[in-house]
Amino acid sequence: MHRANTDIEQFAKYQPDSLEKRLLNDFQHNFPLISRPFQKIAEKLNTSEEVIIDALAQLQEQGFISRVGAVFRANSVGASTLAAMAVPEHRLEEIAAMVSDYSEVNHNYQREHHFNLWFVLTASDEQVLNAVLDDIEHRSGIPVMYLPMLEDYHIDLGFDLKWT
Amino acid sequence: MKVTLRLPELPAQAILDEQDQSLITLIQTGLPLSATPYADLGKQLGMDEYEVIERLKRLTSENIIKRFGVVVRHHELGYHANAMTVWNIPDEIVSELGSCMGQFEFVTLCYRRPRRLPEWPYNLFTMIHGQDRDDVLANIRLLIERCGLDAIEHDVLFSTRRFKQRGAIYHKTNTIHAAS
Repeated sequence: MHRANTDIEQFAKYQPDSLEKRLLNDFQHNFPLISRPFQKIAEKLNTSEEVIIDALAQLQEQGFISRVGAVFRANSVGASTLAAMAVPEHRLEEIAAMVSDYSEVNHNYQREHHFNLWFVLTASDEQVLNAVLDDIEHRSGIPVMYLPMLEDYHIDLGFDLKWT
Repeated sequence: MKVTLRLPELPAQAILDEQDQSLITLIQTGLPLSATPYADLGKQLGMDEYEVIERLKRLTSENIIKRFGVVVRHHELGYHANAMTVWNIPDEIVSELGSCMGQFEFVTLCYRRPRRLPEWPYNLFTMIHGQDRDDVLANIRLLIERCGLDAIEHDVLFSTRRFKQRGAIYHKTNTIHAAS
């Protein structure tokens, strides 16, 4: 738990200005698919294309946005699965680092449960995915519970940020 | 090494052509932040701007691209708590209840996944974000009330540590399939 708190404290409460708030909140979906998309956004926000591009580049640089672009439907491109392991507390550091090291792993979290390590794997196809899962089991000596998505009920319109 | 088929077959598959795959490979790290991002992508792919835009529109309408826009990082923006909340729902009503839960804005993922009995009885997974634990728990109570989940067994798995987070990277191959 100590680490979790440290992690949180590292990120000072961020206070975006009003332009940044609108960029973060209002353009998470239906991004303009036209020749000059940032010009279009600039018109809506009463500023210039250059200001918009600079602001987005800065938000990306600071890590508040991961990218401007596409979110692909799970398993529509390549293959992916959620996976979990029940790792003895004293081996958690070691196993978590080992799992994070795979380029196929894009999320890796400790969670409060008997199954305490949860990660998402994405690869070009099932063969590669299976090989990585087998490799993790083999190297750690701990079974991996894999839970591929069967059906998606979420309508992705982005995430409504509430500024307080 | 044991050979096991771990993933279910995708129901209906449409083959993406070579250009779609190249485009997907190129845009997964985001659009170039330039005045004419689609033209710039096109230059790298040997396509004109119009073709890049038309392909992106088609991938969106086919739901291969679920969403196109600014992708924010919740944690960095003050949403420090997230709980994977898992539910054990009778198979015959899982789609109905999943659809109900999937429409709430604080639910950022809502997937049916297989049970792994006996150790894992849960078949519906929701990711619920909040500014802190109480905020997340209040959202879960709201879901239970609005979707009628009182009788449904559930468990809440808060994350205590983030070891790694980044967007998925799809490596280009010749055998990428897409659900149509």
